[in-house]
Amino acid sequence: MTKLVVITAGTGNPSSSRLLGERLADASVAALRDAGVPAEVTHIELRTLAVELANHLATRLPGAGLRGAFDEVCAADGVITVTPVFNGSYSGLFKLFFDALDEGAMKGRPVLLAATGGTARHSLVIEHAMLPLFYYLKALVATHPVFAATKDWGTEGGKLEKRIRRAAEAFAQLVLGANPAKGDDDFEVVDFADLLGGG
Amino acid sequence: MQLGLFSVGDVTPDPTTGRVPSEHERIKAAVTIAKKAEEIGLDVFALGEHHNPPFHPSSPTTLLGFIAAQTSTLILSTATTLITTNDPVKIAEDYSVLQHLADGRVDLMMGRGNTGPVYPWFGRDIRDGIPLAIENYALLRKLWREEVVNAEGKFRTPLQGFTLVPRPLDGVPPFVWHGSIRSPEIAEQAAYYGDGFFHNNIFWNMSHTKRMVNLYRRRFEHHGHGLADTAIVGLGGQFFMRRNSQDAINEFRPYFDVAPVYGYGPSLEEFMAETPLTVGSPQEVLERTLSFTKEVGHYQRQLFLLDHAGLPLKTVLEQLDLLGEILPELRKGYTEGRPAHIPDAPTHASLVAAARLHEAESPVAVAEQLPSRAILDTVTGRSPEPADRSL
Repeated sequence: MTKLVVITAGTGNPSSSRLLGERLADASVAALRDAGVPAEVTHIELRTLAVELANHLATRLPGAGLRGAFDEVCAADGVITVTPVFNGSYSGLFKLFFDALDEGAMKGRPVLLAATGGTARHSLVIEHAMLPLFYYLKALVATHPVFAATKDWGTEGGKLEKRIRRAAEAFAQLVLGANPAKGDDDFEVVDFADLLGGG
Repeated sequence: MQLGLFSVGDVTPDPTTGRVPSEHERIKAAVTIAKKAEEIGLDVFALGEHHNPPFHPSSPTTLLGFIAAQTSTLILSTATTLITTNDPVKIAEDYSVLQHLADGRVDLMMGRGNTGPVYPWFGRDIRDGIPLAIENYALLRKLWREEVVNAEGKFRTPLQGFTLVPRPLDGVPPFVWHGSIRSPEIAEQAAYYGDGFFHNNIFWNMSHTKRMVNLYRRRFEHHGHGLADTAIVGLGGQFFMRRNSQDAINEFRPYFDVAPVYGYGPSLEEFMAETPLTVGSPQEVLERTLSFTKEVGHYQRQLFLLDHAGLPLKTVLEQLDLLGEILPELRKGYTEGRPAHIPDAPTHASLVAAARLHEAESPVAVAEQLPSRAILDTVTGRSPEPADRSL
């Protein structure tokens, strides 16, 4: 079973980031199903991990909820991330999660970027803020990100739905072609003879 | 089973009074605490090493030597010795002298140090932490085991024809532990040499400690030192106890809330649930401590962090009185269900006995290992046999 994880950083409940995450997940599952691949979805709402993330920042101690979220990400075939736009960038909560995540956890992992904001004037946040972050993390970023402004949710002609579908199709192709490392419980060991030799 | 204390040597204000102890006071307190540890029947006192405020132990062997002079059974150890920024030659010299003065009551725990700026102050780079730990420790082992050392590496001036003085007591180097919270390379290093592995077990959850210990055990067996369950494992831990649980929680909370490292983070209750910290009655401390065996298997050394976070000396000594009361039960608990083949942690006496046995069984092999001994003896007039010495 292909495993998709949706990480949303919306702070409201209900939140438009979570709503966009659900729409993208549904469309991605449909696109994978069309390719003959069944997929399951797990949602991680960072709002519920806010206190654990702050504790982790202060002490490096990951709480049980956070450890569970890290494990989900490390086992994912693809990750859909949605952040609200705060002051022209992703929210602090969003960044906190990816700062806390183990180094290398996003490497080679397909990612669909998405963001929500009050108006379409914020839409380049994906290209200017999110893209460099995931490039740095060496993730495989899907080619069609989705920005949903408040107004998009009431637009006629299913324009948002079309953008979601197009993004999900590109993401599904990436997921089908990628083979990201899956977290397991064992450390990687370099034999000491190699370490001693300056390996 | 060895039970003892480890101390980082922090000079922290008492948050309940705002009073800042002087460095002098904290250094003298370390001596008082170590003597008290021996008095209540503990086996080990391990001291940290730091080269920046707010810590005092920049010269561990000076302090440990002073304690050695005032104790008779306590094993003096470190938590940790900075194998990265110290010159391995100086470590070998300092601890050889300490080993002689303490009649063998000395072992060491190697650590890397995690304070970025300390590295450049000693001409190093924290990014070289692992390679430094590997090369420097390889040299340290050589210095303690070979009479004439020729060595070249990446990090230190080459040594040609160097002989460490004094030679280790009875020709047997101190036992070495390697401490690491999260670096598999260090667990691998400990396993490769058949040395001990210590997990500080203070800041993270027990499942993480277990993963690190299991890695070390597996690799210990891989490198041919014996079965995984016979590997030499040490754990840290911390507690605060009063006869009544709620009194312990009320008294410790203000220290916990602003403590260095984990203060201003999770609540005391969360931290107790997530990490091995136990704040409660002596019975609760006893039960929690004995539960560690369920996670990591039968192990050899348990050290507690008691003297930290601004706790007054009087309080720390009271903690030791309470620990003394549960010590017989703790020792008894560790022996329960412990298979006969699980070894104790090596001591100087056991290492000397093992070395003599090895020599008796294979005198030729031993002579081949020490080709320089005879030559050296003609130079120094020294006997190749250790002098008789009453322990």
